[in-house]
Formats: sequence, structure tokens, C-alpha cells
Amino acid sequence: MKNLLLIAALLLSANVLASGGGSQLESAQTNIRSTQSLVNGAKLYMNYCSACHSLQYQRYSRMAEDLGLSKDEVTENLIFTGTKFSGHITKTMDDEQVKAKGWFNNSFPKDLTLVAKARGNDWLFTYLKSFYKDSEKSTGWNNTLFPDVSMPNVLWELQGIQKANFEEHKDENGIVSHTFTGFENITEGKLSHEEFDNSVRDIVNFLAYTAEPAQLIRLAYAPWVMLFLVIFTFLAYLLKKNYFKDIH
Amino acid sequence: MGKAVNSSKSSTGLMGWIDARLPVTKAYKEHLSEYYAPSNFNVWYFFGSLSLLVLVNQLLTGVWLTMHYKPDAEQAFGVVEYIMRDVPWGWLIRYLHTTGASAFFIVVYLHMFRGLMYGSYKKPRELVWLLGMFIYLALMAEAFMGYVLPWGNMSFWGAKVITQLFGVIPYIGDGLLEWIRGDYNVSDATLNRFFALHVVALPIVLLLLVVLHILALHTVGSNNPDGVDIKKNKDENGIPKDGIPFHPYYTVKDIFGVGMFLLVFMFIVFVKPDMGGLFLEHDNYNIANPGSTPEHIKPVWYFTPFFAILKVVPNPLWGMIAMFSAIIMLFLLPWLDRSEVKSIRYRLMPFKVALFSFVFSFIALGYLGMIGWGDMEKLVARILTAVYFGYFAFIFFYSKNEKHKPIPERLTH
Repeated sequence: MKNLLLIAALLLSANVLASGGGSQLESAQTNIRSTQSLVNGAKLYMNYCSACHSLQYQRYSRMAEDLGLSKDEVTENLIFTGTKFSGHITKTMDDEQVKAKGWFNNSFPKDLTLVAKARGNDWLFTYLKSFYKDSEKSTGWNNTLFPDVSMPNVLWELQGIQKANFEEHKDENGIVSHTFTGFENITEGKLSHEEFDNSVRDIVNFLAYTAEPAQLIRLAYAPWVMLFLVIFTFLAYLLKKNYFKDIH
Repeated sequence: MGKAVNSSKSSTGLMGWIDARLPVTKAYKEHLSEYYAPSNFNVWYFFGSLSLLVLVNQLLTGVWLTMHYKPDAEQAFGVVEYIMRDVPWGWLIRYLHTTGASAFFIVVYLHMFRGLMYGSYKKPRELVWLLGMFIYLALMAEAFMGYVLPWGNMSFWGAKVITQLFGVIPYIGDGLLEWIRGDYNVSDATLNRFFALHVVALPIVLLLLVVLHILALHTVGSNNPDGVDIKKNKDENGIPKDGIPFHPYYTVKDIFGVGMFLLVFMFIVFVKPDMGGLFLEHDNYNIANPGSTPEHIKPVWYFTPFFAILKVVPNPLWGMIAMFSAIIMLFLLPWLDRSEVKSIRYRLMPFKVALFSFVFSFIALGYLGMIGWGDMEKLVARILTAVYFGYFAFIFFYSKNEKHKPIPERLTH
């Protein structure tokens, strides 16, 4: 009986949650072939994200190789943790410290190596742009895409501080619901809207890269593999045709 | 035209020495150069040899993945990333394997559909069909266990739900569940045994079944799009008039088929290996976490038609029975279809409509198995499940006194 209920609950969970997550995602429009965007994304990541979020499967050296950076450039400008050049990208922060101080509602910042594969580029792009000021939260921040998120808006300096406007609805049972209507800037950031979008886009692009560094070489090989197969298949067709000319 | 090796006299030299001890030349003739296949094979006849190609791909890439993989709940997820990043060409080996898994089901489903269309399961090919169905079963077990190995969150929860199904069996459920998992939950012990089954036990079973499938086929001979028995019309040498030797004709033709297949397959491997979350699911890029249920637990696409049938029934025990029945019905086809006509070419409209509805229900159930359900989806899934099972009932009654178009004596091409 216990098993019966458990499996019913698991199968049901798939049903209930189907309607959720209806938020509109903005298209990230990243370009994995743009080294410039990847390098800028790496810089922004190391400055704004790497204090709390590691990239535990990504090596600094591999990043340098793929992004056309020298060992010195990376060691001097992008490694903040004393990790070796050949090592994996670690975070500055110490989990024990987070636990001791009870930061981020005790939820540990996740490793982000594969987050672009797990969430998708558009989700990340929208998420990073959807923080708003919320004095009811302990961090002072909330997010329309990820309500009650534990992370504060680390990019506020660049984006400026925005507030979210909601419209209040009351249905016939008197239950109040809120619909998000848009953001409004309270203070201006260092960057214009367009510049900020580009910066977020570069961060997302960099995370898309770390989720699968091999995609650069994979995509570079793709046309040659396809070209070979087109020729191979054409020759195979001629061979087949020749063999079958006396059949039928 | 390719000449069969030394067909008249016994071979000499090294080959003769070997043939006296091992029937290599005899086997070569029996299965290739003097195996006479109907000359009218169309595009649907590529998928048998393509299944074999994908099997070989899975075995080879699997061996190389095994060289680097560690079946350990602490290491498995990270080691897959190690293969993707630090092992030379590891990403290619892995994508060939993951794409190969989905490709295997695509070619096998098309291969089975061919059998349904041309009546290839019918007398005298019942055993060919049964062995094929056992291959399909073994393949499902193989794919399910392989999916657990990367130890992503969907690996974990998928394994949990599917193994949990055995727990609903009355009386023995609890014990059986623990016996399958080797633990009270899906855990390191489960991962380890699934690895053993995935890389050793099931591949051996699969290979054995494939050999038997082909031996049975070569005993009765291949069917064809006309469903005509070519062995009824032989020339003075006992060779079917409508038959051509498998080698070189179909080996050469199948190379062309391989080319066509690889064009699609390699495009996916090199350009879109995730297939937008269909071949490699988004949730599986998160490490297995017993404390965090994915929003949407579902198996990979090739299981979703059966998963939908499972979900249609409110009681999970009956749901499981329905799901397994859906597969068992296919086993019974050779005896459910009692008509003398094999090929769809000579069957009438009711059969065509029924087969189309059956295929449509399978594909639509596959889609519904991937998405979450509201009331509408539940209703549609119920209707489609009825259509799926209805096909077998239809074929049983309809085929009893089935009218059909005149069946030709020889192949029509």
C-alpha cells in the first residue's frame, strides 16, 4: 500500500506541475562563436559570480586555450582563488562560513558549470535581468522569474536598482492575486539598458560555453563531417545503382 | 554481378584447411553470397541492417566509455563531465553512444512498423517476430539501465519511479523492490548492479538474440513488400526466380542506406546532440539528488508511449499491468492476425485505417507521455490507449474472413 501511494504521488507530481512556469522568457541571442563575447563573459563571471559560484568541471587552462587567452592573462586577471592554472575554477567563498553565518537562507550557492544545459540560455538571461528591490526579503531582493530567490542582485551596480510593478486582482471568492506588469528603474546603473543586456548576454554565453567546451570543436567539425558523408552517400548511391541496373 | 566464391568445388589452400575444420565458406554462402533475398526490397528494408550498425556503434563506444567511467554514486556524474572534457575525443564517444541509444529505438520502431505493414510476423516467420520482440524487450532494459549511469537527477528519479512499479505487486512487492535496488532506495548499490547488467549481462543477451533472429530469418527467408513467397518459384538450380544474392546486391544497397542514415545521425551528433532536451534531458545536467524531485518526472522519449498508458490508469498496479500488456500484445500478433494475406498492398481500406490509427495512437501517446496532464490530456490519452489496444482486437476479428485484393504469384516490384 505504501508503495502504491508513493508511486501514485510521483506520477501525479508530473501532472500538477505541468501548468507552472508560464513566465515569458526573453531570447538570450547568444553567439557561441564570438570569442569576444566569451572573453567578456568570463571577465564578468570572475568579477561578479565566482566569489560564490564555482565552475568545478571547468579548468582555467582549458578556458584560456578555448578563449585565446595567455597563461599570464588568466593567472593575473582572472584567478582570484590561488588555484593553479591547470586547476578547476573554484569559488572564493567558504561553505563553512556560509553555514556559520546563516547567509543566503542557508542555501549554498550552486556550482554553475552545467547550469546553461540544465536551465537553458533564455532562462538564465531572463533570470539575471529580473531582480527587483523587495524590502520584505532578507537580502533586500526578489526575482520575478525565480520568486523568493536566495541570491541578491549582484549586478545592481551595472543595472541600477529596479522595482517591479504588480496589478492586484480580486476574484469572486475574494482571493487576491498579483500579475507582474513591468519593471521601473529607481536608480540608474553604470551601464545603459543596451550595454547591460549585452553584458548579461556575454555572461550567459560564457556559461553556455562552460556547460560544454567541446561544442566549439564539435561545431567546427560539423560541416566537414557532413561534406564527407554527402560525398560518401553519393558514391554509394552510384555503386548501388550500377549493381541494380540488371535487376527488375 | 558478384560471383560466389568457388561454388562448384571444395576450396583449397588455407581456406580449404580452415573449411575442413570450421565451416567459414559454408556460412559465408548460406548467409551472404547464396542467401537469396527478394529483389524488391524498398526503403523500409534498410532498418534491419541499420539496427545492426547501431548495435555495433553502441558496443564499440560503450567499451570505450567503460574505460573511463566509474560506477560509483560519488563519482559517476563528475566522471561523465571528465569524459566530456578531459578524455581525448571523449565527447564524441559519449555523444555517439547517447545519440545511438535514441537512434536504436528509431530504427527498431521503423523496422517493427515495416513488419506490421508487410505482415512479416506471419507464418512462417512467427519465431523471427518473437525473437525480435525479445530483442526489443532486452533493448528497453538495456536503455533504462544505461540511462541511470550518468547519475543525473532524472537518472535517479526515473530509476526510482520505474523500480517503484515493482513495489506495487501484492505480497512480494516490498521484498522485490529491495532485491532489485539492492538497498532501501535507489543508491550506489543500484548504480553498481545496473552498470553490471548494462555492460555485461544485457549486451550478451542482446547479441545472442540478434544471432537467433538472423538465423531464424535465414531459415525461412525474407518477406518483401508484396508478401509473396519467392521460394515457390525456383529455377532449375533451385534458386528463387525473384531472389538475388544478399551479397553483393543488398550489401551494396545497405551501404547506401548507411550513408543516408549517417547523414541524419552525424548531424545530430555534431550539431544538436541534446536534441533540445529530447535525447539528453535538461534535468539530467543536475546531479542525482534524492531531496529534489524534478518538476516533471518522465522517461526518455522512446518509453513515453508506455509511460502514458501507465498514467492513464488511476491505480498504479493496474497501470503497470496495462503498460506491460501493451507490449505483450505485440508478441501475440502472429496469432491475432489470421488473414492469409500478408502485405498492406493487398489488404483493403479497413486494415489501412486501423494500422494508421494504431501508429498515430503510439506517436500521440509518446507525445502525451512527455508533457504534464490536465483533464483534457487525460481524456485524450484514454481514447488513444483504447485505440492502441483496439487495434489488436480489430485485427483479431477483422482478419478471420478478411477480403483482400488478388495476391500475385510473383513479385510486382
